Amino acid sequence: MKSDTTADRALFEYLLQLGDDRLVLGHRLSEWCGHAPILEEDIALANMALDCIGQANNLLSLAGETESRGRSADDLTYSRDEMDYRNLTIVELPKGDFGFTIARQFLFSSFAVNQLKVLQQSSHAELAGIAAKALKESRYHLRHSHQWVLRLGDGTEESHRRLQQAIDDLWMYTGELFEANDPEDALIAEGVIPEQPRPESVWRKSVTDAMEEATLTVPQDQYMITGGRFGRHTEHLGHMLAQMQVLPRSHPGATW
Amino acid sequence: MTARDEIFAHLTQVQDPEVPVLNVVEMGIVRDVELVADSVQVVITPTYSGCPAMHVIEQRIVQTLAEKGYKNVSVKTSFAEAWTTDWMTDEARSKLKQYGIAPPLRGSQGEVAPAGVECPSCESGDTELRAEFGSTACKSLYFCNDCRQPFEHFKCL
Repeated sequence: MKSDTTADRALFEYLLQLGDDRLVLGHRLSEWCGHAPILEEDIALANMALDCIGQANNLLSLAGETESRGRSADDLTYSRDEMDYRNLTIVELPKGDFGFTIARQFLFSSFAVNQLKVLQQSSHAELAGIAAKALKESRYHLRHSHQWVLRLGDGTEESHRRLQQAIDDLWMYTGELFEANDPEDALIAEGVIPEQPRPESVWRKSVTDAMEEATLTVPQDQYMITGGRFGRHTEHLGHMLAQMQVLPRSHPGATW
Repeated sequence: MTARDEIFAHLTQVQDPEVPVLNVVEMGIVRDVELVADSVQVVITPTYSGCPAMHVIEQRIVQTLAEKGYKNVSVKTSFAEAWTTDWMTDEARSKLKQYGIAPPLRGSQGEVAPAGVECPSCESGDTELRAEFGSTACKSLYFCNDCRQPFEHFKCL
């Protein structure tokens, strides 16, 4: 399969978006390993990190095959610079406190579950299969983070304050979740992925309901950050990649 | 026995490294075996997207078949149909239970924490979920209110 067709290019770009979201989020989750507030949560966050990185590996492998230039998932992970990453900026923000990590996970998983439900209907069999598998895992992530949103939001004064702060800080990064972008539009036009009817309103309803149940205040919409899908990132992604990539860049091809 | 059946029979010797009482055929991980001329391609599908056992499983498949004299063995990973615990055979379920892991319930895929998980040692149904995530991606932690023992449950996926 030679890949210079427009459709393959769009699919490659779209797979980078999906893969990079999960790779970067998975790395942030992995930073909790050995540092979570309780043992069960340490295990839960490490498990979620593993799921995200596994999903990223599958998506980026497929991206490499689609591109047909011989790049593996590892090549795409370790050899691209910050401006070549296509993830949403919400996933690259530093892990913050436990409340921040949970709030981000809840906002992202609510988005991801709806997105994967659509993608498992893709006419591209491999993409549909990867999405169907990822959906099962993402449902666990959503349930887990949702439970914590309820417990922390409707918990102590301190836990409520921290979770509210996290949601307020994260809100300006959520506009990007639903921004139209060319690769996605092209794949919808080609019939490769189905169009989801009003994805933003479905997401808003589910996160708003949960926040209200957790006695949290839904933030006012103000200025929304954009740029991740086009390679314009916050200052944090570069620092994260430097740490993530240093070994394979210093010792190319190293194995053990 | 066809050549294909023979290969399936050999693959029952390949154990899952994380649940060593189960082999990869009864787990439902091996989806197909394709024979073309003198080469063998084994098609597998992962249980979880990030299952760290998959690399070891691939190596063991190649090694086991090589020991049986097959040349040019390759392993292909396919996602075309997502693995579900419903593909686990009844034999696999009873082996899991004997090993001390509560087997996944049938037909409950997608249900995150199903009720009615039976304690693998005293068979009581009076059990509760303690942690959704366990020692491996495929397990969660339960507690038996009757025999007062914690136990692992193979998640329904």
